[in-house]
Amino acid sequence: MIARTLAQIGRPVLAVLAAFGRVALFAADTIRHLLTPPFYGREFAIALLQIGWFSLPVVGLTAFFTGGALALQIYSGGARFSAEAVVPQIVAIGMARELGPVLGGLMVAARVASSIAAEIGTMKVTEQIDALVTLSTHPMKYLTVPRVLAATLAVPILVAVGDSIGIGGGWLVGVTKLGFNSATYIQNTNDFLEVWDVGSGLVKGAVFGFIVALMGCYFGMNSGRGAQGVGAATKAAVVAASVMILAANYVLTGLFFTS
Amino acid sequence: MITLSGVHKSFGPNRVLRGVDLTIPKGQSMVIIGGSGTGKSVLLKCVLGLVAPDAGTISLEGQDVTRGDRDAFLARFGMLFQGGALFDSLRVWENVAFRLLRGAKAMPKDEARAVAIEKLRRVGLKPAVADLFPGELSGGMQKRVGLARAIAANPEVIFFDEPTTGLDPIMSGVINALIREIVVEMGSTAMAITHDMSSVRAIADQVAMLHDGVIRWTGPVAEMDAASDPYLQQFIHGRATGPIEGVR
Repeated sequence: MIARTLAQIGRPVLAVLAAFGRVALFAADTIRHLLTPPFYGREFAIALLQIGWFSLPVVGLTAFFTGGALALQIYSGGARFSAEAVVPQIVAIGMARELGPVLGGLMVAARVASSIAAEIGTMKVTEQIDALVTLSTHPMKYLTVPRVLAATLAVPILVAVGDSIGIGGGWLVGVTKLGFNSATYIQNTNDFLEVWDVGSGLVKGAVFGFIVALMGCYFGMNSGRGAQGVGAATKAAVVAASVMILAANYVLTGLFFTS
Repeated sequence: MITLSGVHKSFGPNRVLRGVDLTIPKGQSMVIIGGSGTGKSVLLKCVLGLVAPDAGTISLEGQDVTRGDRDAFLARFGMLFQGGALFDSLRVWENVAFRLLRGAKAMPKDEARAVAIEKLRRVGLKPAVADLFPGELSGGMQKRVGLARAIAANPEVIFFDEPTTGLDPIMSGVINALIREIVVEMGSTAMAITHDMSSVRAIADQVAMLHDGVIRWTGPVAEMDAASDPYLQQFIHGRATGPIEGVR
């Protein structure tokens, strides 16, 4: 009875640990291929465009509405202890440290991890990955490395743009709905925000970008057969990337802001 | 010459290859036949290194294919995949010239494009096709592009995986004739797997039948019809009754 219970607990724990091990090996393999030639510049440029440029609208809109909502929340919450005036400072710090990178990372995970997993998964089931091998081209170098590098570089830029738009959203709400003076709002934001507030968010963005592309590639490369297999891989990539982003965010926040 | 000796491969409890011994003489066209699920594709993938055999050796001109410089080894091969396996995101000419544009001996783009268009012409496609994407082509045209890609670098050995699957009888005949012409013209060694008997008769110099994980019969295509092996006779005549079970 006890042995059976322990086995029932142990089996999924072992499965999860094995999955982490496979992802870790995949990540190590990706970094190893990143550091050795050849490097496919054209594929990197395409990935940069797909992951970075085409994600701008969704990240920008998310940041804009989040910044606006944050201003409203802080204003109404702060009114309970006469602290309405801190809206510019809290919007700035909240966007730069947390909401910009996390929401940006999650939006990129939804858009990019799914797309990468579906594309590579389809390539796998239609033997295009086997074809790459027979054409003396390593799939890790041709498919994974350009995407992972592009996401690692592009997501911090998206986060920086998202931070600016989010703070802008807060300013717009503050000035048009909450009665703040525009110049004072901007002055307070500038005075309060420190370089590391923004820098830590950008570092988080790079880590989240790496996670998003890695999960997309990992689940795509390990996709099952047929449409169902590709669908399952796509779903798993988005879920795993999102959970890992939130977990990594907690770890990085602890690392950066607690001593 | 390609030599397979005692090749075994299992997937979990499923023993797919149980000791395959086969020799494909240089410049000959060997067609491997067998029912669905008998391990023909697995055997082909073992030779290409896409699947690692559990036991046995596979050698090309006496050199073990699992050792040495893998890229140099693969550079001697061309492969036509069952579904074409063309890269959706690349134009037709970029698919054909894929190998020519990459690696240590990469050609300039213009030169590679010219070679691709010449190979497309060789498989009966017009230059206008070169700038289309694979999704814009019919199944038969995709097979031809796949064939053009397989021969683009003038390989010593060409592999064909079910080259006529999904094609109508006329297009199958066209593809079979093209494969035969190209193999003879290039003097390449060819290894094809199929269960289409019209392909076998059109392409093969030699035939091998894979059944139950081993080579059941092998010999020249001219001797196939007169062979006494009951398994071979059931297969080539498509009989529902015989030693091969209908439901596997």
